[in-house]
Amino acid sequence: MKRILFALLACCSVAGAEERRSGLLDMRPEAQAMQRDDSMNPGMLWVLEGEALWGRKPTTAGQSCADCHGDAPGSMRGVAARYPAFDAARGTAIDLAGRIIQCREARQAGTPLARESQELLALTSFVAHQSRGLPITPPEDAGMRATREVGQRLYMTRMGQIDLSCAQCHDDHAGRRLAGSIIPQGHPTGYPIYRLEWQAMGSLQRRLRGCITGVRAEPFAYGSAEFIAIEAYLMERARGMVLETPAIRP
Amino acid sequence: MARVLLRVPTSAEKGAVIEMRALIQHVMETGYRPNAEGVVQPRDIIWKFTCRYDGEVVFNATLSPAIAANPFIAFTTIATQSGLITFTWEGDNGFAQTETRHITVT
Repeated sequence: MKRILFALLACCSVAGAEERRSGLLDMRPEAQAMQRDDSMNPGMLWVLEGEALWGRKPTTAGQSCADCHGDAPGSMRGVAARYPAFDAARGTAIDLAGRIIQCREARQAGTPLARESQELLALTSFVAHQSRGLPITPPEDAGMRATREVGQRLYMTRMGQIDLSCAQCHDDHAGRRLAGSIIPQGHPTGYPIYRLEWQAMGSLQRRLRGCITGVRAEPFAYGSAEFIAIEAYLMERARGMVLETPAIRP
Repeated sequence: MARVLLRVPTSAEKGAVIEMRALIQHVMETGYRPNAEGVVQPRDIIWKFTCRYDGEVVFNATLSPAIAANPFIAFTTIATQSGLITFTWEGDNGFAQTETRHITVT
């Protein structure tokens, strides 16, 4: 009996290691349907907003996104699947939202966009939406490899009064329940997401803040090196999985 | 102007049941929630949705503070004749938005 149990356990752990699943599949069918049908997906409202902003000059002096990048479906295809990327000029990794903020400041002569502002979320959603259906392909350069190592270390580090690491829930106990909710594997396949709990669009960093405050640790600042490192590690962990932006999550 | 996602058939057979879907961007602030400073935020909701088919009301709804942000409304009607379908949302703080779609009935 013991031997059978042991064999079963071994099977389960192997399957668990191989089978990565998007949080989409952990949702109830109604929420999945909401994501799959663009006419029901509220995230598409932000994508539409982003599309309008793409063609608009933020100030009379500056250029619009479209003036440099042209049509987003061509120029932005696959971009979100490669971020965070290494910014050689600054010598650090930068996330997609950070890149949009940088563009706005440096090339568009516009007022800087605040993290989690509606405008930034709309533009990020619109850009990320152009990569929907494409596999996540993090860049292989040395800078990003170093960033990912930092991210992996943070992912494994116990934090806060509850003293839990990301890995303890999302690697060791994924698929089980925390209170009534299924613990997802934590793959960032659909960001920015429309989270039903927020009733709004939000970034991966906002989602990470939710978990970090949940274990009663002090969250990192938006756009901080720590958040970008975790994001880079999570993208590597989800390499090859398909982007879903704008995703719905509970 | 709030962003709107509408799904309305552009053509239908006379007498057919047609489904319409309307999703609008709105915070639907309940009027009961305190903000980060502890101050209760004033109510800001859409309180009425109306759909007119060639001027005649075919569907309307009264919305309450219990309805989630970005309200999604789906309903059906019968295709009677070619004409304009008008969707109107009315809410607090003078919120008013109208969208129009044309349907061809054969």
